[in-house]
Amino acid sequence: MKLELSGITKTFGSLVADDHVDLTVEPGEIHALLGENGAGKTTLMNVLFGLMHPDSGDIALDGEVVHFPDPGAAVRHGIGMVHQHFMLVPVFTVAENVVLGFEPTRHFGLLDRRRARADIHRISQEFGLEVDPDALVEDLPVGVQQRVEILKALSRDAQLLILDEPTSVLTPNETEALFAIMRSLVVSGRSILFITHKLKEVLAVADRITVMRAGAVIGTTTSQATTESELASMMVGRSVELVVHKEPARPGEVVLAVEDLTVEDARGLTVVDHVSFEVRGGEILALAGVQGNGQTEIEEALCGLIEVAAGRITLLGRDITRATPKARLRAGIAHVPEDRIRDGLVTSMTIADNLILDVFDVAPHARLGARNLREVACSGKERMSDFDIRAGSVDVLVSTLSGGNQQKVIVARELSRQTTLLVAAQPTRGLDVGSIEYVHRRIVEVRDRGAAVVIISSELDEVLALGDRIAVIYRGAIMDVVGPSVGRERIGLLMAGVTGDGAASSQTGVETGQ
Amino acid sequence: MTAVAILGGKPAVASEARIVSAGRRRGMGIFLVLASVLMLLTFGLGVSAGAETTFRLTSPFSTAWYLAPLHFPVRETSVVMAVVCAALGLLLIVRRRTRGTFVIFSLGVVLFLWSFLAWAARNNLLDLAGMIGATLISAIPIIFGSMSGVMCERSGVINVAIEGQFLMGAFIAEIIASASGDLWLGLACGALAGGLLGGLLAFLSLRYSADQIIVGIVINAFALGLTNYLTDTLLVPYQNTLNSGPTFSPIAIPLLDKIPIIGPDVFDQNIFVYLAIVLLVVLTTGLFRTRWGLRLRAVGEHPEAAETVGIHVLTVRYRNVIWGGVIAGIGGAAFTIGSTGEFSSDMTAGLGFVALAAMIFGRWRPYGGLLAALLFGFANSLQATLSVLNVPINPNILVMAPYLITIAVVSGLVGRVRPPANDGKPYRPQ
Repeated sequence: MKLELSGITKTFGSLVADDHVDLTVEPGEIHALLGENGAGKTTLMNVLFGLMHPDSGDIALDGEVVHFPDPGAAVRHGIGMVHQHFMLVPVFTVAENVVLGFEPTRHFGLLDRRRARADIHRISQEFGLEVDPDALVEDLPVGVQQRVEILKALSRDAQLLILDEPTSVLTPNETEALFAIMRSLVVSGRSILFITHKLKEVLAVADRITVMRAGAVIGTTTSQATTESELASMMVGRSVELVVHKEPARPGEVVLAVEDLTVEDARGLTVVDHVSFEVRGGEILALAGVQGNGQTEIEEALCGLIEVAAGRITLLGRDITRATPKARLRAGIAHVPEDRIRDGLVTSMTIADNLILDVFDVAPHARLGARNLREVACSGKERMSDFDIRAGSVDVLVSTLSGGNQQKVIVARELSRQTTLLVAAQPTRGLDVGSIEYVHRRIVEVRDRGAAVVIISSELDEVLALGDRIAVIYRGAIMDVVGPSVGRERIGLLMAGVTGDGAASSQTGVETGQ
Repeated sequence: MTAVAILGGKPAVASEARIVSAGRRRGMGIFLVLASVLMLLTFGLGVSAGAETTFRLTSPFSTAWYLAPLHFPVRETSVVMAVVCAALGLLLIVRRRTRGTFVIFSLGVVLFLWSFLAWAARNNLLDLAGMIGATLISAIPIIFGSMSGVMCERSGVINVAIEGQFLMGAFIAEIIASASGDLWLGLACGALAGGLLGGLLAFLSLRYSADQIIVGIVINAFALGLTNYLTDTLLVPYQNTLNSGPTFSPIAIPLLDKIPIIGPDVFDQNIFVYLAIVLLVVLTTGLFRTRWGLRLRAVGEHPEAAETVGIHVLTVRYRNVIWGGVIAGIGGAAFTIGSTGEFSSDMTAGLGFVALAAMIFGRWRPYGGLLAALLFGFANSLQATLSVLNVPINPNILVMAPYLITIAVVSGLVGRVRPPANDGKPYRPQ
C-alpha cells in the first residue's frame, strides 16, 4: 500500500506541532521518520492513525484520499500502529489483547476463544512470531509484548505498520530480532513507517529516511546516501559532536562501596539481589541494563529514597545505609533522577526556586527563617549562565522549558554542592543531540575533578561512551563488570542475561537467525 | 528465527493473583490460637458441666422437610472445637505453603462461631435456619449495591453514590408503589431513580472530569437531603396514601423450597432474591466471557488501548455508570417494597458504603461481592439473634458488630487487592 501525506498541519494552541508535512511511503519499503523529541513525529503518526485530526492536509492511500474519524477507521483501511507505550491490557491474555475490538463471537456475544487462539496461531506461524496465546501480557518480557502488538496489527490485516520508537525498551539483541521481523514483513509487500531518534538503527534497517525538525520535514534521503553525522546535523540544525572526548580514568580512593545490597518491592519480591560493587573517585561506573531489572531501585537505595532489605552502603568509609536523603545530600551525593518531571523538579515553580530546592533553608538563601529572595535570584542568574540554561529569566516556570533545559536545571542544582558521588539515572533520556553532548561533557568534568560517578542507563551508546567500567544488571543481579572495549555484542548479551559460554553460542544463534 | 526464541526469555515475575504474605498468614494463625483460648476458657470450661444447647434446623411453620434439632453438650463440644481450632492456627503459623490459607482460616472461624453460638444459647434454643434466612434478607441490598459497584468500577468509574442511589430507589419505589398500588411500576421507577443519579455521576465525572469520589459524596448528601425533606413534607402528612404500600410476596419454587435448612430461606423468597441470583449469573458471565465484558474491562484497565482498537471509552463508561445506578436503585427498592413497605428517613444507614466495601472485599468480582454481602448479612443476623438470647454484651456494641466485622475483614483479611488499573481516573480523548 502506498501512503501519501500532503500538507498535514496540526497545532495545539500557539504551538505548531506539524507544519505542512509531506511524506510518501512506497509499498514494500521500510521508511524511517527521524527527529528529536518534539519534532512532531508522534503527532504526525497520531493524525495518521485517527487519534488526532489534522487542521489541514490530506491522507491518501493508494492515491485515494481518506479520512479517519477514529483509530477504528484507520485500522479498517489497513493501518496498524505499535505505540511507544504499548497499548496492551496487562491483565488480559495475549489472545484477549489481540482480538480486543474485533472479537470473534458465538451467540449472545459470547467470546469464541477457540477461534481467537486458532487465528493467532495461524498468524504466528505465517510471520514467525512465536507467542503463547494464553499467557498474561504482564508476565511477558517487553520484547514479547512488542511481538504481541505486531501480531495485533497483522491480525487486522495491516498493510502499513507504524512503529513508534519501537527499540527504546529493547535489548540490543531484541532489537536485532525486531529488525529481522521488519525485513520479513516488507518482503510480503507490506510497508513500515519506523519512527526513531536513533541514528545507528535508521542506517541499519531503513530503505529511505525522512528527517523532521521543529514540525517540518527537513529532507528525505536513503541510508546508502547518508551518514550518521549528516543525519545528526539535519536533526539538530547544526553540526554536532557524536563522540564523547575523555581522558583515561585515574581512579583514586574508594568512594562508594555497596555490599550485598538487597531490595524488595511492595509485594515482597526481591528486585535487587545481593548486589556488591565499588566506585573509586575519578571513575565512572556505568550500570547497564534493560529497564525494570532493578537499576531504579539501586539508584533509589543509593539516594535514600527506598528502604533497603539487607546490605550496606558506605560513602568514604561512612555507613549511610539508613541515612536520610538530606544527610546524604550534605555528605556530597548529587542525584540526577530518572524521571526528571516527577522526581527532579517542581515544574510549577520558577527556575530560581528549583535551583535551590536543596539549600533553600540555609544561608545565603535564607536568613532567620525567612527567604532571601534577592540572593536566590542572584545565584540563579549566575548558574543559568554557568550551565547554559536557555530561558528568558530566572522567574520562568520550569514547566515551560524544553526537556534539555529542564535537565540542565537539575544538573546545575546537583553539581552546585560539593560533589563526592554523582548518581545519574538515564541522564540524557528524551534530550536532543545538543543537550546530550552538553550533559555528557559535564559528567566527565565531575569525574575529572575526582568525584565518583554512577551512571544508570539503558542506552548502550551512552554506557559505552561514558563508562570507565560497565556493570551489567539483569533481574536484580550484576551479571558481570567489564571494560568498554569488550564491545556491544557482549554487553548486549549480558543485558539479556546470557553469560560466558552461553554468550558465545547464542551469539552465533543471532547471526544464523538472520 | 532461533534468535527470537532464545531471546524471548522467561517472565520476570510469575503471575500471583492471590498473594497471602507470610506475615498475614502468621497473623491469621495467631488469631485462631487466641480464639481457641477464648473458646476453651469461656465457651468450654467456663460453662457448667451438663449444660446443653439446641440448634433448630427447621423453623416452625416451615415448608421444608423436617430435620430434627441438634442437642449437644456445650462444654465438651467447645473443648473439642477449641483443640481443633488451635491446631488449625498452629498449622497456619508453621506451614510455608500459601494455597488453602483462606480455607483453613475460614474453617477455624466456623468452629469458633459454632462454639460461641452454643455458649450463647446454652440451656436455650437457637434457630439456625432462621439465622440463615435473616442473613440472606439483610444481604440482598448489599448484593445489588456491590454489583452496581462492579459495573461502574470495572469500566473505570468509582461509584461512591451507591448510598444515595439506594435512598432514592427506596423512596421513589415506595411512593410510586403506594400511590399507584402497582409494585412493578414502583420497582421500575426506583430503578429509574437510581439510574438518573448514575447518569448525574457519569455526566459530572466524565463530561467535566470532576473528582469521582467527591461527586459521589455530593450525590449522597443530595439524596439524603432530598428524601428527608420530601419525607417531612409528603410522607408524614400523607402516610396512608404515599407511605404504606404493598410489598412483594414470597414466591415458592416447587421442590427446591423443600430442601432442609436452606430451602425456604433461598427458594421461598420475594422477587429481589431471584433477581439478585439472575443478576449474579448474568454479570459474571457477561464480564468474563462476552465481548461486552472484554471491552468494558479493557476500558477500565487501559482506556488508551481500548480507544486505539476503536472502542469508545466514554460511551462505555456512561452506559455502565447508568446501568450501575439502575442496579443500585433496585437494591434500594428492596428496602421498602421488598421488605417493610414503608420508607423512613435515612433508612439505608450507610449500607451503600458497606456495599462498596463488599465489592472491594470481593475483588471487583460479582460472586466475591455476593460472599462479602452474605458475611455482612450473617453478622447482622448474629447480632439480632444474640440480642434475643440475652447475651451479656451491651446491645449498642452488638449493633456495631456488622460494621466492625466489615472493617476487620476489609483491612485485615483482604490485604492488597488490585483494582482495575484506571479505576477513578478521568479519561480525556485527544
